[in-house]
Amino acid sequence: MYGKGLRALSISTVVAMTLALGLVFFYAPLEAEQGFLQKIFYVHVPLAIVSLSGFVIGGLLAIQHLRTRDSRWDMRSYVAIHMSLIFGLATLITGSIWAKGSWGHWWVWNEPTLVSFLIVFLLYATYQPLRFAIEDPERQSRYASVFAVTAGAFVPMNFIAVRLSSAYLHPRVLGGTSSLPGSMALTFLVSLVAIALLFATLCKYELTAKHTRAQVRALRRRLSGETARAPRGRSAAPVAAPVKLAAPAGRTSR
Amino acid sequence: MIGLVLAEVPALPLHTAGKYVAGAFVVLFALVLVYLAIMAIRLSRIERELGELLELSERQVEEDALPGRAGERESTLA
Repeated sequence: MYGKGLRALSISTVVAMTLALGLVFFYAPLEAEQGFLQKIFYVHVPLAIVSLSGFVIGGLLAIQHLRTRDSRWDMRSYVAIHMSLIFGLATLITGSIWAKGSWGHWWVWNEPTLVSFLIVFLLYATYQPLRFAIEDPERQSRYASVFAVTAGAFVPMNFIAVRLSSAYLHPRVLGGTSSLPGSMALTFLVSLVAIALLFATLCKYELTAKHTRAQVRALRRRLSGETARAPRGRSAAPVAAPVKLAAPAGRTSR
Repeated sequence: MIGLVLAEVPALPLHTAGKYVAGAFVVLFALVLVYLAIMAIRLSRIERELGELLELSERQVEEDALPGRAGERESTLA
């Protein structure tokens, strides 16, 4: 179910990533002030945008879960947030490297964009422990969805608040691609598409892996003659939707 | 062929900010590589579990094929 279109998505991601790397290093001109160091912009900013978008998407999927009570939406929301956290970590590391090269410091505490991103990251870092703390799967998914919706609404608010702040030390990107030269804007957009495709592919891999695992468990239960689900240990991951296996041909059910 | 391509492309000023740029891109690729490694571990676990299930199903087929067992099964179903 989840594996449908995975091959096409994977190939598109590899093509887009290769194209983006080619454009970054061999097409986009060197920036006048920062020179070669500015190339980090093409990896750091798309990572940040995709990561924040993933958090918001996680919230939207959680709304769907709360509306329908379908555990598949909870699984999608969980995977989107999980992947956004990884992309967020990469954003923080690449940003830190850029700060060191550009400003001479690994971290600058009086820079609102950096600190606000760290706050969002730390907020979402509590998502997994929250899930892990609740043993009952139904309550776990409901509370996690409420968290995802609330935190997902916080992300754009935080973004707007930083925009409205007076300090403009951090380079502006969204809404400002028109100020970039055409070759830089094109490279940035291709990089953004490549990172977004990478995010989508990894999410799809994760969902497919979880669904396959659930299918294998269901098959094991059937073959060992168990009718009820075995009690699962405490886990932060949501329970996969019940898997329906087709009746085996030529065999009577036990 | 690669030599010709490299001769055509502009030289990258790696001596100045190269280590920072390389570091940033390495982070991204390390992330993807770690994820691939995790997926490989998961895939091998699923493969092992499927192997166990295949063995289990073969054992059940063999048990069902035994004459005494088949009769026992029919009487249970009746």
